[in-house]
Amino acid sequence: MERRRRSETPKQQVHHKNQTDLSAWRKGKKSDPEKSVQSHQSPNDEKNESKQGSLEEALSYFEKVQERVSLKKNNALQKHLTTVESIALEKGLPPEGFDVLLKVALSGKLADTVNTRLLKSLVPASVIPEDSVVSSVSLLCVSKCSASTQLLFLRWLITMFDFIDHKEQLHALYGFFFSFLQDEKMCPYVCHLLYLLTRKESGESVQLYEMEYHFGMQSHLQALLSLYKLFCPELVTITLPGKMKTYFKNSEGPWKAVINAVRRRNQENSAVLKPLVLGTAQPQSRKRKWNTQVLIPASSANRSNLEEDREKQLVNLYSMDESFPVEQLQTFPQLLQNIHRLEFPSQMGSVLTNPLLLHYMNCIKDESIYLRLYYWMGQTLQEECTWCVVDNSQYEEEFKAFLETVYKTECFLQEGFSSCEEFLYKSLPLWDGFCCRSQVLRLVSWIPLSSFSEMKSHLYDPLVQLFFTSSLYFKCSVLESLKELLQNWLNWHMIHLDSESDSQAQSSNTTLSGLVNTVAELIHFVGWISTVALRLENNPTFLLYFILDFYEIVCDMYLRYNLPLLIMPPAGIFYPALLSMDSVSLNQLCYIMYRYRTNLVAAKENELSKKKILQFKFSSQTYQEYNQYIVAMVGCLWTSSAFQKDTHPQGLRMDDELLKKIAVQDFKSSFNIVYHPALMGYALLFLQQAWPDDTTFNFSLIKGKRWNWYLEYLYSQGLKGLKVFIESSINRVSQASHNKTENMQDEKFI
Amino acid sequence: YLFFSLSTPQENTDPQRTAFLLRKQWALYSVTPLYKFCDAHLKDYARLLSAFIAAEKQKGLAVEIGVELDIKVAVSSVPDLKGSDRDQAAILVQLSLRSPASLKNSEEKLVWSGCFCCVFGDHLSENVPEDFTCLPLFLVNGAESYTSLVGSWFQKTFDCCFRRLAISPLNLSWMATMWTGCKVDKSTSAVELIFSVPCQPYPLDISYAIHPEDAKALWDTVQKTPGEITQEEVDVFMDCLYSHFHRHFKIHLSATKLVKVSTAVASAHCDGMIKFLQSKYLTGVLMLLTELAISQIQ
Repeated sequence: MERRRRSETPKQQVHHKNQTDLSAWRKGKKSDPEKSVQSHQSPNDEKNESKQGSLEEALSYFEKVQERVSLKKNNALQKHLTTVESIALEKGLPPEGFDVLLKVALSGKLADTVNTRLLKSLVPASVIPEDSVVSSVSLLCVSKCSASTQLLFLRWLITMFDFIDHKEQLHALYGFFFSFLQDEKMCPYVCHLLYLLTRKESGESVQLYEMEYHFGMQSHLQALLSLYKLFCPELVTITLPGKMKTYFKNSEGPWKAVINAVRRRNQENSAVLKPLVLGTAQPQSRKRKWNTQVLIPASSANRSNLEEDREKQLVNLYSMDESFPVEQLQTFPQLLQNIHRLEFPSQMGSVLTNPLLLHYMNCIKDESIYLRLYYWMGQTLQEECTWCVVDNSQYEEEFKAFLETVYKTECFLQEGFSSCEEFLYKSLPLWDGFCCRSQVLRLVSWIPLSSFSEMKSHLYDPLVQLFFTSSLYFKCSVLESLKELLQNWLNWHMIHLDSESDSQAQSSNTTLSGLVNTVAELIHFVGWISTVALRLENNPTFLLYFILDFYEIVCDMYLRYNLPLLIMPPAGIFYPALLSMDSVSLNQLCYIMYRYRTNLVAAKENELSKKKILQFKFSSQTYQEYNQYIVAMVGCLWTSSAFQKDTHPQGLRMDDELLKKIAVQDFKSSFNIVYHPALMGYALLFLQQAWPDDTTFNFSLIKGKRWNWYLEYLYSQGLKGLKVFIESSINRVSQASHNKTENMQDEKFI
Repeated sequence: YLFFSLSTPQENTDPQRTAFLLRKQWALYSVTPLYKFCDAHLKDYARLLSAFIAAEKQKGLAVEIGVELDIKVAVSSVPDLKGSDRDQAAILVQLSLRSPASLKNSEEKLVWSGCFCCVFGDHLSENVPEDFTCLPLFLVNGAESYTSLVGSWFQKTFDCCFRRLAISPLNLSWMATMWTGCKVDKSTSAVELIFSVPCQPYPLDISYAIHPEDAKALWDTVQKTPGEITQEEVDVFMDCLYSHFHRHFKIHLSATKLVKVSTAVASAHCDGMIKFLQSKYLTGVLMLLTELAISQIQ
């Protein structure tokens, strides 16, 4: 009875306190910003509001529960229990919720399953008030709840020990906990709890002899005794074994994951600066080797407290030029204010996850920065590579994430790392084309441009083997990444041109001719693999799209990137695109040919005006090739004369004799904007709209004025490439002779 | 490619001061250049490292209170351990244990040593800026747990990376050849090569021991220019040994993997373990290992 009275007093007090606190929490978020998690989440306010309401209801429900309620039959209990659980899992419970829930869970009013669920959801959003813990310990003493609930509560208490805001009153209950040692099942957990609670003075008040006498030497008792022995060696007489690895059972099982999730989520919401590009939250991976490097180190300043540094600091006090610790760097304004006194972290690898430091790195061109990063990244990539190192395959996800981070950093800095390039050259010959596929291909796109090209043996040869033997999707991915590679090189060239003209310095070790050769080599390589791929895969539109996408950059290099180089696509790409069944490919080809024309015309004009001494001239072969293609195109789209006039050796030209043999009646008109297989569908729709009543589909009606209407119709259907091509590359004769279009109109040569 | 043999002049080294390396198993690591490492601060480094080890030992292991042992850290320079004057002097890190029992008689027990060194590694050090110190080879003798602590501290403090230095079968056959050709005064121990055949459930190991004088005689017939060894000569030497073995046992050793080489000069295992046996050839072996370490970090 005595015990019970004792336990009631703090409970009443806490109850009262809880009431006020809860109401404050209900009404607004201003009461205590530190304790209230929701204070920063303005976009989620509405959602939170509704959930707060229901948590409030749930708490008042649990507060009022008087008698034993069955979970199955009671909808209200089910509902409120679910509310508590979901809020706890999502963002943790507010400090004020613990008293009510602990009290109801330990009072024995509800079934054990409910108590277990309640205890498991007692995850704090910030702290746990000590009062609520004290009152629940008093309930534990009166043993109203079942043994399993008692055990779960102790485990909860051990796990949450660090979240309890004060521990003075809890210390006062030391003796109560000690008495629980008698309980065989509770003993291991109570030992752990006592271990956490023990201070130097606690040991003295305890009847240690009794303890030694009563209990055997289980590991949890040994642990507690070793602590007592440390504090009061004179009281513990037994000898303890020298070393034991684990003394206590792991108590945190049911809560650990949730605590981490809640903490992370709350941190994310309160972070002043959201990561700009890179996520700073790296998934924690288990440490397998001490020198494992796939874990990106955290940013921290070099803290070596050396004599010399101390002297420096003294000096610095006068000059007010103390360095700014990187850990404190949180916002962009901070970076700007402290940029003159910022030091890089002790481990350069940590910049990868810190966008602010990447900004800083971009400004400071210091060789040692890049060298530190080079060594770290080179070693990490080689050591952790999942296809080069045996036994690494189980860590593929980690390695993928690492490659992803490296790629994002390269995008951020707009430049490739040489360590990454070397890694690709070393590891691509061993790559299966499957492991970390998209990451590897993305890294390929950042291989730096160098005049001394080793690309063939290092990149193209290993890549081509995989390319020809892999799926259509893989082929498209490779083409995509080579397109990015070309684009990155051209961008680099542009920036380089700018900076060179600024500084007038010849610092570059990359000559223009070297660059032109390297780029040309890449374009020829892509042309070759694309031709083969189209034949292997039987000209799928999907593949053609990626190929033409690549050539959209190639055709514009002279004007857009100021590079004196234009290379026409090989016939193996040009003709499949021209004769494609798909208007998308045809339209794309038209656009590309229009851009080739614009570029070639500009080049010719420059050559003629001789504004500059031209180191590079386009060969007459390029012009010739272009002209051949233009004949074929105009023949296919306009004059229906492709079979007669195409002069390309791999072109469409056929003898009249042969054409007669194939027994197609109107072969003469079978290729123009009306009859081209990619455009015939449009012609059909056009006829339907123009003559809704005519069901004979007489395509020959489209001529003269209607030909122009049809053209307008095609343009209106989004065939912009076709429009610019026809407008630029075809000589239109005057309106009067429209009825003779087929013979009078012609292609424009350069 | 071409290697010079091991008999490099080493008058400047005092064998007494490098004797600690002899007759112990050393695990090999490669280390990238140390950033902002300074010879003048070795005492401070020892102090910081010992504080780091103490902190790490306590972290998460509060339950081990009471069995705490005092670890003493010493960081020192070994000027005798280098190839040329352009090499950085080796750095020796030693951890000693002072158990409470032996506290009174100040008895210390050396439990772990690690040695950073660079022997004729000019081609690495020439290419890095002043802020970096090139000691690409790291030798460790002692428990992995201490290696992990010391290694982590160096990684954090000098922004360097450690990697185990495995020795490929090709390099092992180089070692076998080079060491066979060395003159050793009391040549009693056999040249032993261990080959491994990967088979289930346990790999099969083949040990091939040759009398050192026989091996030396064979090598003398292979080597064309004294003081020089070429890859071709190494291949010929090994092929002779293989065909001899095949004549007796009908096993093609060339189809197996060479995993270990032991000679009177040193013994090396493909996992990256080395034991130096002759102080005379210490520099030469370290030079080869430095070479391997540099090729791993570049």
